[in-house]
Amino acid sequence: MRFDQPADPNVADQGKVLGRPRTRIDGPLKTTGTAPYAYERHDVAPGQLVGYPVVSAIAKGRITAMDTRAAKNAPGVVAVVTTLDMERLPKAKMNVVYLFGGREIQHYHQAIAVVVAETFEQARAAAALVRTDYDEDRGASYDLAEQRQAHLDDEVEPASRVGDFERAFADAPVKLDATYSTPGQCHAQMEPHASIAEWKDGTLTLWTANQMVEWSRQALAKAFDLPPEKVRLDSPYIGGGFGVKLFLRADAILAAVAARETGRPVKVALPRPMIANNATHRGLTIQRIRIGTDRDGRITAIGHDNTTNTPPGGGGEEATIPTEHFYAGANRLLVHRPLEMHLPESNAMRAPGDTAGQMALEIAMDEMAERLEMDPVAFRVLNDTQVDPGKPERRFSERHFVECLRRGADEFGWSHRNRRPGDRRDGVWLIGHGMAGAYRGAPAQASGARVALRPDGRVRVDTDMTDIGTGSYTIIAQTAAEMLGVSVDAVEVGLGDSDSPVSAGSGGQWGAASATAGVYAACVALRERIAERLGADAATLELVDGQVCHGGETRPLAGLAGDRDLVAEDKIEFGDFRDKDYVLATFGAHFVEVSVHAYTGEIRVRRQLAVCDAGRILNPITARSQVIGGMTMGVGAALMEELKVDTRRGFFATHDLASYEVPVHADIPEQTVIFLEGEDPYSTPLKAKGVGELGICGVSAAVANAVYNATGVRVRDYPITLDKFLDQLPLPA
Amino acid sequence: MRAFTYERAASPRQAAQAAASTDHARFIAGGTNLLDLMKIEVETPTHLIDVNGLGLDTIEATEEGGLRIGALVRNTDLAADQRVRRDYAVLTRALVAGASGQLRNKATTGGNLLQRTRCPYFYDTNMPCNKRRPGAGCAALDGGASRQLAIIGASEHCIATHPSDMAVALRVLDARVETVDARGGGRSIPLADFHALPGDTPHIETVLEKGEFITAVTLPRPPGGKHFYHKVRDRASYAFALVSVAAVVQPDGSGRVALGGVAPKPWRDEQAEAALPRGAGAVVAKLLDGARPTPDNRFKVTLAERTLAAVLAEAKE
Repeated sequence: MRFDQPADPNVADQGKVLGRPRTRIDGPLKTTGTAPYAYERHDVAPGQLVGYPVVSAIAKGRITAMDTRAAKNAPGVVAVVTTLDMERLPKAKMNVVYLFGGREIQHYHQAIAVVVAETFEQARAAAALVRTDYDEDRGASYDLAEQRQAHLDDEVEPASRVGDFERAFADAPVKLDATYSTPGQCHAQMEPHASIAEWKDGTLTLWTANQMVEWSRQALAKAFDLPPEKVRLDSPYIGGGFGVKLFLRADAILAAVAARETGRPVKVALPRPMIANNATHRGLTIQRIRIGTDRDGRITAIGHDNTTNTPPGGGGEEATIPTEHFYAGANRLLVHRPLEMHLPESNAMRAPGDTAGQMALEIAMDEMAERLEMDPVAFRVLNDTQVDPGKPERRFSERHFVECLRRGADEFGWSHRNRRPGDRRDGVWLIGHGMAGAYRGAPAQASGARVALRPDGRVRVDTDMTDIGTGSYTIIAQTAAEMLGVSVDAVEVGLGDSDSPVSAGSGGQWGAASATAGVYAACVALRERIAERLGADAATLELVDGQVCHGGETRPLAGLAGDRDLVAEDKIEFGDFRDKDYVLATFGAHFVEVSVHAYTGEIRVRRQLAVCDAGRILNPITARSQVIGGMTMGVGAALMEELKVDTRRGFFATHDLASYEVPVHADIPEQTVIFLEGEDPYSTPLKAKGVGELGICGVSAAVANAVYNATGVRVRDYPITLDKFLDQLPLPA
Repeated sequence: MRAFTYERAASPRQAAQAAASTDHARFIAGGTNLLDLMKIEVETPTHLIDVNGLGLDTIEATEEGGLRIGALVRNTDLAADQRVRRDYAVLTRALVAGASGQLRNKATTGGNLLQRTRCPYFYDTNMPCNKRRPGAGCAALDGGASRQLAIIGASEHCIATHPSDMAVALRVLDARVETVDARGGGRSIPLADFHALPGDTPHIETVLEKGEFITAVTLPRPPGGKHFYHKVRDRASYAFALVSVAAVVQPDGSGRVALGGVAPKPWRDEQAEAALPRGAGAVVAKLLDGARPTPDNRFKVTLAERTLAAVLAEAKE
C-alpha cells in the first residue's frame, strides 16, 4: 500500500480498540520473568558455550602482540579468538568504528578477543589471562573544549543558512549570545547487549536484543560475507535500547566469530563496565546560540553553532536540528562541527540531536525572554510558526504547540509561579519554576506485516518490528483488533524475527506510527481476502465482535477459511508528499517545579507536567509510559548524568552504574502527562505520530530554567550539579 | 574471578588462625563489596573464610552504659535497633543514608568498616592504581577524574576516599573496634586510629594485623544532644557522599563533628570542634586546614562548610 496523500476516514477510525487505554499484552510475561530475553534463551540451541569479551586497555594505538596461551590452558576453555587471528571484519555502513578491528585500536574498550568456555565463570576468569601489548599513541587530544578552540576558525559549510543572519543579529535591538555544553551520555539501558549465535547448514542464526532487525541482518551478512538469506535474527524482547541497540554491536560479532570457531552455539553479553566505552554514547556538545529579536520579542535572527566529538567518519551529536524548524525568524544560521576525536563512538541516543540541542536552545529561549521581560510562555507563543521558517511554502501538517504551552501553563498554575529568581523559600528550600518547549520530527519508514485469520477465528500478526519496552506488541494487537473486528485477546503478535516481513523497526520515533501503518496495510489486504471468500465487496464488509456481516447476513470469522489460515501480507510505503509539501513533527511543553537547598545546593524536582501534541495517541497507557520515561531521562540529563572524560587517557571514567548516576525513584516526583486530542492525516493512515523521543526533548532545559528561577544563578554547563553554582548561592541570613 | 578455596569458620579465634596461616585469605561476611571486586579481579583471594556462622549478630548493653554491636549485625538491624535509634540517632541516620535496602540487609558492621574505596580507577584494572598495585602510580592524580575523591588526608600516591557513612557516625560517637587475633588475644582500637592514611602505602588501609578479626564495635555511653547526618550527593539516594556531616550538638552549642566523603577515613578533629559556637566557617577552617583539593573537587571545601552550617542552623530550631 502506498501512502501518497492525506488519509481519509477509514476503518481504523472506529475508536473501539485503538486510542483506548490498554495495559500491555506482554506484561504478564515480563512480570513473571518468562519473556525470553536473548541471554536466557537456553532452549533455542543445545550445547551453548559462553564467550567473554576481551577489550582494549588503550584509546589509540596498535596491538603489537597478544599472548593467549594461559587463557587457552585455563579450565573449561574451548577457544580463544583474537582480532589478530583473522582479517579485519568488514564494517557495516551504520557503524562508525570497527567492532572487531584488527591491530588498530580506535577507542578504549574496543573488542579485541573473545574467550569461549563451558561456563560463564570459566570464560571470565580466562579472559583476564589474555596478555596484550600495545604501541600506544599518546599524542591525541580528548578535550572537546580544547579541540573546539583549536578549530574555531575552520571554514565550515553551514548546515543551513536562511537570509542574512549576521546582519540581522547585529541590527537586533535585543540579543543573546551564550554558549552551553552538554556531556557525553550513556544509554544505561537495563538489559546489556546480548547475543547467542549458531552456525548450522551454512546459515547463521542470532538470537539477540536489537532494535533494527533488518539493518542488523544485512550488517551480519556483510561482516561474514554471506547472502542475507543465510542470516536469521530473532529479537522478540529487548530490555531497553534508546539507540544503543540500533546497530550491530560487539556482542553479536563476538558470538558469531566464536560459534564459527567452535562449531557450537555461543552466547556473549557485554559486561556492564564495558558498555559505556565499547558501545555508543550521545556525543558531547558545546553550543553557541545567538538570538536577536525586535523590541516586541519577535525573533529576527537565530544562530546555532554546535561542536561535537566523533570518531573519524561519523557525525556526532547534531544539536542544531531543533533550531531549523522550531521557532520563527527570517534570518537563520546553523553550523555543525563534528571534530574527529578518538573517544568511543558517538551515535544515536534517544532523540539524537534534538535532546542535546533543546537542552541548550530552551535555556537560551528562557534567557531571551528574561531580557525582554516577557513571560517565557508568551515569548514562545509569539514566535510560533505554522510554516517551515526556511521554506515558507512548506507548512506544518498539524502543529498545536501554542495549545501545548497554554494548556500546560493552566494546568501547572504557571500564573502562580515564582517570578523573581531566588525569591521564594519553603524553609531551607528555595523554590523555582521553569518551563521549556519540546520539538521532535515525526518521520515514517516503510513497514510490512503478515496477518493470518486462523480457523478458530483468532488472528496472528507477524512482522520483524521490535518492542524495546515501548508497547509495540500492544498497539499492533490493537490495530489488528480494530481492523478485523476482534478483541485484543484474540490477537497474537510475533515480533523481531527476520523471517517475518521487514518493518520500520524501532528508532527515530518512527516505530509506532510506521509499524501500525504496516499492520493496517496487511489488515486491509486480509479484509479483501475475506471479502473474496464471501464474494463480497471489501468496502461494504463489516467486521464486528468476531463476526463478518455482509448483505444482511452475519457469520463468525471462525471457520471462514475451513481448516486453513487465511493469510495476507502487505507493507506501507510513504510517498514524498509527506516531506516535500509538509513538515511533520510532534510538539510539547514541559513545566517543572524544583527545590534547591539554600545551604548545600542539593536539587530536588518537586513536580513535572508535560503536554504533548503527537497526532492520534494509539494507547494512552503505553504512550504515557513513553513520555514519563523521557521525563525521567531528562531529569537525569539535567542533574546528574555525565560520561566523565579522562582527557589524559581518552576514555569515559564513569563506566559503570555506580559512577554514571541515573535517577532513582526518590529523584522522580509526581509526573503529569496530557495528550492533546487530535489526528494528523498527513502522517499515516492511522493519523498517528511517535511520542517516545518527544518525551525527553526540552525536559532538561525546563529543569535547568527552574533551578535558575530558584537560585538566581544561571548554569550553562550540564549536568547542573551543585559545584557549578554553590559559590554564587547566597547563604541564608 | 579466580578460583579460591573456601571454609566456614568455627569460632572467631579459628577464623583468625585460618587467616593468619593462609596467604591471600579474606574473611567474607555480607560479601556486598568483596564479591564485586573478585568478579573484576581487583580482589584475588585464594581462600575465603566465611564468618557468617559465628553468631556475633547481637547488640548488647555494656557495663559502662554503652552498646556492644556484634561484627555480624546487619546494617538494617543496627539501624532499626530501638536503643540505637533513641540514643545514637546519628548512627541510624548514617546507615539509612547508605547503599540500598537490599545491600543493608546483607552488609555487616565489620564489613562496612573494611569496604574498599569507590575511586573509578581502583575499579578499572587497566589503570594505574597504587592501592591495587603498589608503585604503579595513581591515574586519579595524574589528570584523571577526581570529583568524588579526597581533599585532605590523602597523599601524592593516592587520593581515594573511604566510602562508608556508618563509619563517619561511629567516629563522632567515639566508637572502638574489638578484635581477636590468632593467638587468642585481642584489642580494642579507637575508630579514630583504625583506618590508616595512605602515605606511601595506600594499599594498607587499616591497622589490623594479618589474621586479626573484628568481633564487635563498641559505643560508649550515649552522648545526648541532637543528632544529625546530612549526606550531600547528586541524586536523592543510592550514591556515595560528595560530602557528609555527622554531628552531635548539645544545647549549649558545643558538640562533635565528623566529615565523610572528603578523606581516606572519617575526618574529625576534636580541636576544631571547640570552634563550634563560632559557627561552621571556623570549624571547617580548622578541620580542613591543609586540604589539597584538585580542580575537580575544590568545591568540597565550600560544600563542607555550608553543609555544617545547615546542620547548625537546624540544631538551633
